[in-house]
Amino acid sequence: MAAETAVTRTPPAQAGEAGAGGRVRRTGPLTAYLFLLPYFVVFATFVLAPAVYGLWISLHDWDYLLPGKPFVGLDNYKALFDSNSAVYSFWWESLSATGIFTLFSVPLLLIIPLMLALLLNRSFRGRTFFRAVYFAPYVLGVAVIGVLWRFVLDPNLGVVNSVLGAIGLPGDTPWTTALPWAWVTLVGVTVWWTLGFNAVIYLAGLQDIPRELYEAARIDGGGKWAEFRHVTLPGLRPVLLFVTVNTVLVSANMFGQSYLITQGAPGTETRTAIMYIAQVGLSDYKMGSAAAMSYLLTACLLVISLIVFRMFREKDAS
Amino acid sequence: MRRVRPIAWYTVLIGLSLVFIAPLVWMLLTAFKTPGEATRVPPTVFPAEPTTGAFDTLLGNSQTPVLRWFLNSVLAATGQAVLVLAVASMAAYALARLEFRGKKLIFGMIIATLFIPSFVLIIPNFLIVDRFGMLDTLWALIIPGAAGAFGVFFLRQFFLSLPKELEEAAVLEGANSWQIFTRVVLPLSKPALATLAVISFLTNWNDFIWPIYVLFSPEQFTLPPGLAILQGAYTINYPVIMAGALVASIPVLLLFMVAQRYVIEGVSRSGLKG
Repeated sequence: MAAETAVTRTPPAQAGEAGAGGRVRRTGPLTAYLFLLPYFVVFATFVLAPAVYGLWISLHDWDYLLPGKPFVGLDNYKALFDSNSAVYSFWWESLSATGIFTLFSVPLLLIIPLMLALLLNRSFRGRTFFRAVYFAPYVLGVAVIGVLWRFVLDPNLGVVNSVLGAIGLPGDTPWTTALPWAWVTLVGVTVWWTLGFNAVIYLAGLQDIPRELYEAARIDGGGKWAEFRHVTLPGLRPVLLFVTVNTVLVSANMFGQSYLITQGAPGTETRTAIMYIAQVGLSDYKMGSAAAMSYLLTACLLVISLIVFRMFREKDAS
Repeated sequence: MRRVRPIAWYTVLIGLSLVFIAPLVWMLLTAFKTPGEATRVPPTVFPAEPTTGAFDTLLGNSQTPVLRWFLNSVLAATGQAVLVLAVASMAAYALARLEFRGKKLIFGMIIATLFIPSFVLIIPNFLIVDRFGMLDTLWALIIPGAAGAFGVFFLRQFFLSLPKELEEAAVLEGANSWQIFTRVVLPLSKPALATLAVISFLTNWNDFIWPIYVLFSPEQFTLPPGLAILQGAYTINYPVIMAGALVASIPVLLLFMVAQRYVIEGVSRSGLKG
């Protein structure tokens, strides 16, 4: 091995450390900045700048179609809390729609994929194949799964209701047009669509748990459940934290499913916060108000993420 | 591992598979039915009179130029994948291997933006894209998305895991940073680059909310906003809508079949360092 001779001259355990790689460092700092430059230009223009620009917009009565964009201070934020304002009831309705969706989809997307991952975490023929099959819906975009399920669950013409009717069950469930069915549909479709994603992440986490831990647990006695509680769950903790936070964020971002499957129906009850923000900002072009909403939603998500982090830390202590 | 009874085991697995596959098969079968048969009660599974009528309707309507949407989707997704590979690999190399002032700050900033929800950026980015004259062009779908932090983060992790010895040997032979990057690091990183390319392509191909709002002319559309148009235009002519959905699905399903390993690998990685 050619590498071996070099290894003897390299101090060990410095792979990730800054400032340690003395030998590769013959270049000046200018080179490094040149390497960074192309990405940084795109990053500064489309991530850093808009993150700040959005705040600025939210402090103005910013109508895209009007020349004047007067500064209004925190008025756009105040309007969201003022029950006399035009946006108040729609905003809170849309926020609670996002809340309901998140509340029901997150637990399902934490538990079902974990069960699926445990099922797949054994050695058997065709394992890779089945994993791919369960993941397949996720590679399709929300537009495809949206129009597909809109068809399958069409209350009058869809195959689900006609099959239910044919086997003697009620064949007229308003899957996409009335509550609570519209929520059942939106949550169910989302779980079907994305559970493979979480399952794959869990599976990678499961494979990182050392075998010896399971063997030790088996010697200690205790059944499958004890093994799951004392080996699997603790071993999955970092992965569980990631999956939880990520699933909350993705659920709070829900847009396409409502847009295509229920179109916000009935009324505007399944119109999510993102749908409303997009409508106010990018259809009605009231960008100041929409920007204020998006920052308020971000603040909510930040608080929720911090609570989740906390919960995981406390479990650590006990 | 405990031995499982093969028949029961595979019955469960295949049953589960049907849950995921049956709706997709239904889409495929419906695309070849007549509008009447697609909504017949009781439903027929296989088309009684298979027809490509839905595709003829799609291609014959100049208001819904599906082939153009397809081409736009290919261009946008490929363009973004190429751009991401280029800029993210260079930045990741600098962050993994080169020394410079402000390195920790810059990396910290990039990581911090992983926590910015994408919807916050949509409205200001609409205005920024407008200012560059990119509204209603494919550039709006190609360039802003390349700013995502995932590619840099993912490739930096990979570069850090490469053994340094080969790069050191290249230095001794007088190679400069660019030569090391292009002749040593990139060739060693083919699997990671493939993973990133496939993930970028899929993400861009499926993007929905952004193209809906930054594209206005039907001939500039990609397939996802196009499907929303089809749903509005053909309401209950489901074979046409399913034909459109099929056109949007087949390329990504094929890509997934070929590059399954890379997709799964990329997704797995996203969780491990969370």
